Amino acid sequence: MKSNDMKATRDGFGEALVELGKTDRQVVVLTADLGESLKVTDFAKQFPDRFIQVGVAEQNMAGIAAGLAAEGFIPFITSFAVFNPGRNWEQIRASICYANLNVKIIGGHSGLSNGPDGATHQGLEDIALARVLPNMTVLVPADYNQARAATLAAAENKGPIYIRLTREKTPVFCHRDIPFRIGKAEILKEGTDVTIVACGPLVYEAIKAAEALQNGYNGLNGLNGYKDKLRASSHFDHSSHSNHFSSPLSAEVINVSTIKPLDVQTIVKSARKTGRVVTVEEHQITGGLGGAVAEVLSEFCPVPIKRVGMKDCFGESGEAGELLERYEMTAENIFKSVLEVVK
Amino acid sequence: MTLEELQDKANEIRQDVIKMLVSAGSGHSAGSLGMADVFTAVYFGGKLNLDPKNPWDENRDRIILSNGHICPVWYAALAHAGYFPKEELLTFRKINSRLQGHPHFRSAPGIENTSGPLGQGVSTAVGVAMAVRKKQEMVKNGYNGLNGQKEKNLYSHSNHSSHSLVHLPRVICFTSDAELQEGQTWEAAMFASKNNLDHLTFITDRNHIQIGGFTEEIMPLEPLAEKLGAFGFHVLSINGHNFQEISNALDFDLSIHRKPVWIMANTIPGKGVAFMENMPNWHGIPPMEKGQAVEALAELNRLRTLGEGFPGIYEK
Repeated sequence: MKSNDMKATRDGFGEALVELGKTDRQVVVLTADLGESLKVTDFAKQFPDRFIQVGVAEQNMAGIAAGLAAEGFIPFITSFAVFNPGRNWEQIRASICYANLNVKIIGGHSGLSNGPDGATHQGLEDIALARVLPNMTVLVPADYNQARAATLAAAENKGPIYIRLTREKTPVFCHRDIPFRIGKAEILKEGTDVTIVACGPLVYEAIKAAEALQNGYNGLNGLNGYKDKLRASSHFDHSSHSNHFSSPLSAEVINVSTIKPLDVQTIVKSARKTGRVVTVEEHQITGGLGGAVAEVLSEFCPVPIKRVGMKDCFGESGEAGELLERYEMTAENIFKSVLEVVK
Repeated sequence: MTLEELQDKANEIRQDVIKMLVSAGSGHSAGSLGMADVFTAVYFGGKLNLDPKNPWDENRDRIILSNGHICPVWYAALAHAGYFPKEELLTFRKINSRLQGHPHFRSAPGIENTSGPLGQGVSTAVGVAMAVRKKQEMVKNGYNGLNGQKEKNLYSHSNHSSHSLVHLPRVICFTSDAELQEGQTWEAAMFASKNNLDHLTFITDRNHIQIGGFTEEIMPLEPLAEKLGAFGFHVLSINGHNFQEISNALDFDLSIHRKPVWIMANTIPGKGVAFMENMPNWHGIPPMEKGQAVEALAELNRLRTLGEGFPGIYEK
């Protein structure tokens, strides 16, 4: 699972769009003047007759897409996640989802990946906004390859589909040639002591944490900088854990790249096996992956759960990596949450 | 239909509107009655390419309602035109009905779009206008429409539909006047103008009322013609109760090239029922008090014309 290849999920989306442009005349791409940010400019150059610039008007973009879809096109509407599905949520609700129209909603620069722009531009609520809508499918690709595959799958599957993309280059670790299976979560690493359910590029952090946990508490040594932070942390009692977890911990890692419909079977089956769950997402811990997993576990398999993500607060300016540390979403934080949930 | 026959048809539609509202016990009276003449002209005036027997024909003109709250008049006009049985009108707003309180995309033949949240149908209309033009371009470029390359057919709602466009359909979108208080409407207007959607026509029910009072008091819209003109539209102002004017406008519209057209249909809200006319309080309620429905239906047998009571200048 080690990866030295770094690419952004938005680039995987852009590549897939060009592939779709060549084979599918129904695909049209709309931008609200964020073409370069969402990587739709290659499509625009190659297929100018199927590229629509709507200006800074996300609500209108959603409505236009409804009209295009009603006539048989497959519109991809693209902007930052805070605006799409943030700004135009009600248009997506009434004009697209209620009519169950074949529109693909692409939210870019999600999570903390839009770091320096600050809290106004960091989409940390989009999964919740999209997930609550009837008829909507919600996809969160974990890397470049999966973003490409998810985009191809979205064009093939009828109905409104939200795809969440990120700005930063992150490790490429999924196989390029595996088709995206909507509704199917993938067990990336099997384990018996705890289940780590993750989505988006943080899946890679979850894998790093799981590998470190194989060395028990000593695994912390492999996670750079963690020990220093650990000492500084008043929330973490070093001594109480050191004896317990000197032995290896076997963590199962599940990549939930479809948030809706959620692969309840895979998640519940794993939770039954391990008895403990940690969710990981670059999103508010309410309403997103953590919320969705908590909903199904409380109904089908109540087990201790710990949610890693944005803790009901807004972000701030900073580099994406710095912000992931500040808001506790790194491999180290996942490691720590596992120790807390297996207490 | 002759002008007299159109007037009679509009009156029948108004009477059905009253019956639907009373049967439902809720709904919007004023705009539904006020726009009955324009809807009659559109569906019975012979100016548009519409076939109730083949409601989703690829070559049909698209009729979109953005101010979905006046759907009683849309449903009644569609039923009278033969899109679905008139008996169904009394299911309006009731459980198990295809006739939802606000229109739902293709819930019944002729219902082209979902609307109600104001401004949204305006964007849908420009999207549809873009779509039909793109499809026609594809036909010109040798593709068999959208299905040309992959033989996909996403919305095959009718087995009788033509496969591709042979001419560029017109897209007519109704809006309310207070709907122009929504920012989205102007976003869509800019887009229509930028893209020279000259086969697209908006018809606004300029009745000067909205749910909370008179438009010019709640949020002034005037000078509306100048605003829309500045946004790149060719604006026509007509008497929305004069069939000759409505018909002329739909014709004249065709002579405007490279510009979308906005028809300001000046109407009397509650038209045909004296106690409702020009009264904002009838925007969103049906005639439910004792005797009101009977009085309304009786009155609707009288034809009225747009007289000096033009609502452009309201008086306290």
